[in-house]
Order: sequence, then C-alpha cells, then structure tokens
Amino acid sequence: MSLLTVDELTVTFGGRGRKESRAVDGVSFEVDQGQVVGLVGESGCGKSVTSLALMGLLPHKGVTVGGRAEFDGTDLFTMSPSARRDLRGRKMAMIFQDPLSSLNPVVPVGVQVTEILERHRGLKGGAARKEAAHLLDRVGIPDPTRRLKEYPHQLSGGMRQRALIAMAVACAPRMLIADEPTTALDVTIQAQILELLKELVDQEGTALLMITHDLGVVAGLCDQVNVLYAGKVVESAGRRELFAHPTHPYAHGLLGSIPRLDSPRGESLKPIRGSINDRIAWADGCAFAPRCDRYEMGCLTGTPQLTEPRAAGHQVRCVNPVLDDAKAEEVPA
Amino acid sequence: MSVATKTDKIQRLAELAATKETATGASLWREAFRRLKHSKMAIIGAVIIALFIVLAIVGPYIAPYSPTAQTWRGEVFPNRGEFVGARGENWFGLDHLGRDLFSRFLVGARQTLLVGIVATTIGLIIGFVIGGLAGAFATLGGDTGKRIDSVIMRFIDIMLAMPSLLLAVSIAAVMGQSLTAVMIAVGVVQIPVFARLLRGSMLAQGTSDYVLAAQSLGLRKRRIVLSQVIPNSLSPVIVQATLSLATAIIEAAALSYLGLGNPDPAIPEWGVMLTQAQRFFDNAPMMAVYPAVGIIITALGFTLLGEAMREALDPKLRG
Amino acid sequence: MSLLELDGVKVHFPIKKGVLFGRTVGHVYAVDGVSLKVEAGETYGLVGESGCGKTTLGRSVLRLVDITEGSVVLDGTDLAKLPGEEMRRFRRRLQMVFQDPLGSLNPRQNIESILSEGMVAHGIGKDQEERREKIKSILDKVGLPSNALSRYPHEFSGGQRQRIGIARALVLEPDVIICDEPVSALDVSVQAQVINLLEELQEELGLTYLVIAHDLAVVRHISDTIGVMYLGSLVEEAPSDALYAEPKHPYTKALMSAVPVPDPEVEDRRERILLTGDLPSPANPPSGCRFHTRCPWVQERCSTERPELRDVGGGHRVACHYADEIESGALKRTRPTDIEAVTETEGVVTEQPEGATEVSVALLPADSTTKPDPEVVKERVSSAVEARSDQTADAVVKDADAANPNASGKTSDETD
Repeated sequence: MSLLTVDELTVTFGGRGRKESRAVDGVSFEVDQGQVVGLVGESGCGKSVTSLALMGLLPHKGVTVGGRAEFDGTDLFTMSPSARRDLRGRKMAMIFQDPLSSLNPVVPVGVQVTEILERHRGLKGGAARKEAAHLLDRVGIPDPTRRLKEYPHQLSGGMRQRALIAMAVACAPRMLIADEPTTALDVTIQAQILELLKELVDQEGTALLMITHDLGVVAGLCDQVNVLYAGKVVESAGRRELFAHPTHPYAHGLLGSIPRLDSPRGESLKPIRGSINDRIAWADGCAFAPRCDRYEMGCLTGTPQLTEPRAAGHQVRCVNPVLDDAKAEEVPA
Repeated sequence: MSVATKTDKIQRLAELAATKETATGASLWREAFRRLKHSKMAIIGAVIIALFIVLAIVGPYIAPYSPTAQTWRGEVFPNRGEFVGARGENWFGLDHLGRDLFSRFLVGARQTLLVGIVATTIGLIIGFVIGGLAGAFATLGGDTGKRIDSVIMRFIDIMLAMPSLLLAVSIAAVMGQSLTAVMIAVGVVQIPVFARLLRGSMLAQGTSDYVLAAQSLGLRKRRIVLSQVIPNSLSPVIVQATLSLATAIIEAAALSYLGLGNPDPAIPEWGVMLTQAQRFFDNAPMMAVYPAVGIIITALGFTLLGEAMREALDPKLRG
Repeated sequence: MSLLELDGVKVHFPIKKGVLFGRTVGHVYAVDGVSLKVEAGETYGLVGESGCGKTTLGRSVLRLVDITEGSVVLDGTDLAKLPGEEMRRFRRRLQMVFQDPLGSLNPRQNIESILSEGMVAHGIGKDQEERREKIKSILDKVGLPSNALSRYPHEFSGGQRQRIGIARALVLEPDVIICDEPVSALDVSVQAQVINLLEELQEELGLTYLVIAHDLAVVRHISDTIGVMYLGSLVEEAPSDALYAEPKHPYTKALMSAVPVPDPEVEDRRERILLTGDLPSPANPPSGCRFHTRCPWVQERCSTERPELRDVGGGHRVACHYADEIESGALKRTRPTDIEAVTETEGVVTEQPEGATEVSVALLPADSTTKPDPEVVKERVSSAVEARSDQTADAVVKDADAANPNASGKTSDETD
C-alpha cells in the first residue's frame, strides 16, 4: 500500500456570498515510501493548494476541502486537529519556497531547530542542542555549533533553505512536501539543494512530494510526475515516459515552449497561446480547450476522463491526445 | 474540416468562456468605489455623516425655538441645583440659562461640522504641500534633494514632538479666544501627520518599477512626481483625512472645553455646550450627554467611513 | 563601430551612515569595470546570478543609476558625460523592458496614457489623434487588441502586461532596448510567447537588444553574444554557440552544469560541477580573481592577481589566468567540486575583524573521501591561517571549511 493516497481531492474557496472558485478539482495520486512524486504546473493550477490541504495548513474559514487523503493508513481529513498537529512535523514535514519568511526573524536558527526536537522528540537542553548541531551538519551547513546561534538574516539564501530542510527532517519524517524549494534560489545554489534532497531520499527512504513549475527540476529528480492544469491532473506518468512521450497537448506544448540549454540556437519555440485565464469550466469540457491546437467539438462534452491511450500507467485526460510522436525536440547526441 | 464546423467550434468555445467576467476598463478609483458600496461599515459611516450634514444645513431652520433666547429663565436655578430635564415642550430639557437644549443642539451641528472641515482642510493642504515637496526632493532630487528633504522632515519632527493639545493651546492663547483660533490650532496639529504620511507614501512609490520606467522613458521629473508618484500616494492621505475629521471635532471640543473656543454665546457649538455643561454635571448630567453623544456618533461615522476606505483602497485586496 | 560600447564601466554605491550629513563608510561594488560592445541589430545576452550586478549595469546604460567611472557610448555619444536634460532627451533612443510587468506599469493610468506619455515627453506626434494611431499600430504589432487602450494594467494577464511594457518601449522607436529579465516573472507557457515576440520584432524592426537574465537557457536562445557576469565583472564573453560548446571560465562551466534540462535522459547522464558556498558580498569582494573563493581550480596566483578579460580567439574572451591549462587538462582541480562548503554571508562579513586572513579550502586534500572530523578541519584552518597570514593580510575571511566530499567521485570536468 502506498504511504500517501490522495483520492479525488477538491479545495473550494469562497462561498457565503462571494463567488466560489475551485482551486483543486478532483486530484488523485499516490506516493510510495522512498519515492519522489512531482506535482507540476503553472501558477493557479492548484499545486500549492494541494500541498497546503495535505498539510492541513489552509485557513478554516471560507475553504472547503473534499475527497480523501490517506497517510500511513489514517485519513488525514477526518482525524482530530490535535492528532493532525502531532502528525505534522513528526511524520509529514514541509519545505517552503521562501526560506527567509518561513523562519522566525527574531529567533536564532538553533532555537527554532531545538524547539521542534523538544516538542516532537522530547529531547531536552544539551541533548537537543547536540542533535540540532548534528542535523545542521547533516544538511551540509558547516560549523553547525556556531550557526545555531545565528539569526536567519545572517545566513545566505542557500543556507536558510538548508536550515529549513534540517527543521523538516528533524523528526525523521516519513514524507516531505517541498513547495517550490529552489525557486527563490540561484541555479548554482539550486543544484546544491536538489542534490541534498536526492541524498535524503536515497539514504533515509523518505518519500518526497515535489511541487514545482520547473520541468527541468522534475526531469532530474522525480520518479512519478503529475501535470496539473486548472485544478486537475491532466497527465500522469513515470518521468522517462512523460518526457519521452508527452501525450496531453498541454504537457506536450509546455515541453515545446521551453528554451533548452542544449537545443541548437535559432530553433524557434512553439508557445502555447493565451494565458491561464482563457479557460472553461471542467464541467463543460476540457479547461485547456481554448488554448489547445488539437481542440475538437468532442472536447466540450463534459469533463474528459483519465485514460491510458499510450501505455499502461501513463494516464492522460484528453479526448484527442498527441499520439503521433512528433516530439518537439530530439535529444542531441 | 469544413468551415461551418470550425466556426461552430469557435462559437461554442466563446459561449463557454463568456461566463467569466470580462475586463471593463475600470480605473482603480472606480473599483475602490465599487467595493466601498458593498461595505456595511462604509454604508453606516456614510449614513451617519449624511445625517450630520443634513442636520448642519437644516438645523437652524427646524429648531423649534431660538437657541439663544432665555425663554424659560425663571424655571432654572443653577445655584440651587434646580434644572429642567426633558419634557414635551423642550425635548432635551433646558440649559442653565433657561434656553432650549434641543434647539441649541440642532443649530450647533453646523458650527461643529465647520470646525472639523476647516481644521482638517488646513492640516491637509499645508501638510500636503510640505510632505509633497519633501517626498519629491527625496525621490527624484538626487543627493541635494535628499538633504533638503532631511531638513524639512527634521522641522516636521519638531512639530510632531510637541504635545498636540499644548500646541493648540499656545496658538489659541497667542491668537486670542476665537473660533478661528481653534480651527487653526486644530489644523496646525494635523500638519505633521499629513506631511509624514504623504512623504512616506511617496518614498515607497518612488522606488517602484513604474517610476523607474517613467524615468527611462525620459519623462521630466516634475511630470513623474505629478502624474506617477503623487496619484499613487494619495490613498493613505485620503483615509487619514476622514479619520482626522473625527479627531478634529473632538479636539476642537476639547479646546472649547478648556474655554479656548468661541466666546460668542450667540453661536452654539457642541464643544462649547459640553464645556458649559460640565459645571452642572452633578445636578444635570443630561446637559452634557446630548452634545457628547452627538460628537461621539459623528466621530464614529467618519471613522467607519475612513476605515472602510482604507480597506477599499488597499491594492492587496484588488480583484 | 559598434552601436553601443561600454568601456570600463564602474558603478559603486556608497554605504552611508548618519542622519543629516551621511558619511560614507564603504562602497558596494555593484559593477566593477565592465567593457562590452553591442552590435547593431544583434542581441547581447548578459547572464549571471542575483547580486552579480547585471541589473545595475543595465540601468547604468540608461543612467538610471550614476556611473562612477567609465563610458557608455551610444552611436558616438558618451552618455556618461551628458548633462541631465540632454540625457533625458537621449533616453528615447535607449528603452527598457522590466522584469515585473505589473509593477512597472502605473496602476492608475490606462494603457493609452501609459503609451502616449513617453511620446508627449519627446514630442512625437502632433496631437493625441496622431499618437493614438501610432499606439494602435504598435499594439497590433505586439499582439494586443486595440480596445486595450481604455483599459488598466490590472485587467490584463501577465503575458499581456509584458506586451504592454514592450509596446511602451517601441512607441519611442529606440535604437537599443534593454530587457531586464523580460520573461522570468511569467508563467512557463507564456514565456515562449514573449521570447518569440521579441525575436519577431527584432527581425521586423531591426532592433538591438541587451538582454539581462539569470536563465542561461533563455539567454542562449535569444542572444548572438553572451557575457557572463560574476560579482560585478565579466568573466567570459563569447558567441552564443561557442559559449555553450566550449565554456572556458570555471564559473561558466559550473553555471552551465547547474541549469536543469527538461529531459531525464540528459539529466541522468550529465555531471554536475557543484560550486562550494555562496556569492561573496559585493560590498567586500574577494581580492584577486573574484571567483577564486569558489573556484574548483583555484591557484595561489588567483587570490592576488585579478585576471583581465583576454581574447582567446573566435571572439571568445575569458577572464581566467588558467583557462588554457584547465582546457587542456594540465591543471587538476584543487578543490573537490561536490563538497558542500560555505562562504561568509553579507551580514557576517562586516563583522569580521580587520586584517583577517584568507583560508582556502584548497588546503584540504582534494582526494579526501571521508567526512573530515570537525576538529581536524579546525586544525587545518588554523594552520592555514598561520601559513598565509604574512601574504594576504587584508583579505576577507572565507572559511570554506567543513568539507563534505561525496564518495561517489563526481570529478569529471564538465557536461558532455
């Protein structure tokens, strides 16, 4: 059985007089022990909201969460708030995009790490400090005993993200949720952090749910990839399968529209037209239809279902998928 | 594919997509106003203010009696602590000189409103000019400009450091006891508030990308300040103006209470009425309650509207 | 002659303290001697990480920041020396497209007003009618409907806003457009639209671009020539393809190996040069070669002598003493590249005692495969301090100490 099973998750904002908007519209996926699963999509596709819903960090007012999410045999959405709090940090931990605003600016890093150890692992005083130093060392922060006394603003962006990762892995959680963990960082630092995450997954067997907009990051890190568009998974496949045969026109188009470092110069990009605002309701048809080159009348007869038109385990939500292998780019030898 | 189905396809798509709101070319001010109309706080505030303004206009005409005539003089004996409370003839009762309190309350609204508006306007205009100059020098004046700004702001700091009531008392003392003195005193106290607010807001806008863009377009500095920086810095100043109206009325009342207000008994004003009432508070508390409640409700009205405007103008809540 | 020539441009921002009469306590060396040439009709891409000074350099070309030293020559006129009003008028010929499409548009002006303002300032068009016609034709060029005129910036999507930003630059018919991170704030699917638009406009109108971006893939896609910046100076400059095929500067190599490619086949094969630590503070740059604190090939000479940008043939310029030796493999790495080490961050650098000594991780054995004991590291560092204290007394402390070499032996030179 999977460590985390998300089944038809929906998150609706608004209500009570204001217009309702459905940020997540029936998302299902699974994460296994030691697996890296990617949720990929652009702003407004519902990837971050999904992660917040799983962590139970959405505001209570004006938000309705539906569907089921089972973690390690227990249903996350029906458990008591205190049990949820206990689970959070101990078994599930999150790494956020902006390391500076995720750390308390007026408390030394060390105190923030030991706090978690005291609360979840019952360590006290010296033992907690020793363990905190060990954790910082584990995530590659040099001279950890000195760093523990420093404040977040004294650390560089990369170091802050490492400190956050240290806090997240403090209780050896079974699952990490990383929401755009490298978006705020420079590429050379990003490479360092991705390497660290890979190492954690390899060595500790932690499951990682990676939320990102960067297909490059996904290609190097994720085992299983879910592409989200307007709150629904439109394509889900193993990493090699997805990048070799992007089958949903959105995923296909996305890969064709990214300038690649290794693509020959002068090769023009094939952009997807319009913007995320050009969409129709999933109830009426495919939300991507207004931007799609392969749009047919058939796209407008209700919500398209996930099918496996190409290979087993490669799910695509499209009535007119890209099956001819006119791949936008070939890997140069 | 035939042409007909292609048009069908596009039409069907357009129908489905048309359900969402389309942009209309509404400016931010108009959008803020639209949000304001949906705010309960704004509506309550606006109703109170409207009633107050109506009262200020028609008060003297609907007052049942003259506010100055001591018609019931023979019935009130302050020395012996004998007063006349509310009764059919005089709804709010009589004051210590036997005048009809209800009529004085109605007529006094105009004077009170005048004090609030004039005082705030004085503070707003002078504060706006000083703050605007400082802000303009600080954002686009280079090093020299920053120095000029520094000097202006230190001067403002000194003004701000003086206790506002003391400043008002000294102005009133220098100018003598008059309504004008009260209005100027209350207005001057507001100057640093407006100046700092506008300058701060301009500094924040001055570093924004669109100001940089305007510079790179080659616009003249004066034009950048007037068409880019100031319009975007106005929101907090407008909100402050509404809030200041409330405090101005209360401060003017406080000055009147201290006996620095209008000495002319012919013109009733809520603050003055409150001052007069305090002497007889033990025996006739209601004499103080009417003007006090009037001042409080009016101040509340302006505060509610101000807070609602602050919310409506907040760019973070846009959309 | 090139259309735009920068020669030894320096932009130093004073760090001031004090209330009324600020005294200067130091400088941020944002741009520290950059020379480059942009040919007419071509695209020059400036790439580098945050804090490398690329944005400041772009702004200095427009004199939006004061140039401390050096010259910016556009078509024979040195902009660095132009008096204020002449510079203002000259700005018509140099326009800018900004990173944040919403932030760079005045939220209280409608599109017509935003686009006509620059034309009014430079006396383009007789009356509003004529200007409106021109604006309409430009809007059409950038792919916006003409009913956009009466609408406000917040009513558009990100991609459309960036089109407005481009239109604003275009109405003035500039010679050079400086694009500062033109697509990084946009959604992935929209980035390509804007990149293609910039390319089409260049073809149609013969525009010259100076594109500033952190995304090497984007820069490589649109640029003819690429300059790589590190800590205020150019470390390498080459034609786009040459730079990709043969990056010569160690920093360029590392940068290229760090850019993720959306292809698992490529990602799994390539080797990373993981740089140690972070960018040093531009307020307190390292001595000698700015990159020597993180360079995998660092040598003695690098910490004392600053390398000049020198031509290595084929329009390829590189600022590295040992580029050829690294290329030929004659020079071995002095620092394991996948260690996780750190340099001081800005907040800490200022707290370092004066005359602190430099410590290089090069003193650690490069082939060490076990995690060093912290005590041992401390010892090595302190002995290093002693050993070096006589040579570089005024250098910055860079305690890139606790090395954590990975046993997997990723020591291959570059991506293939």
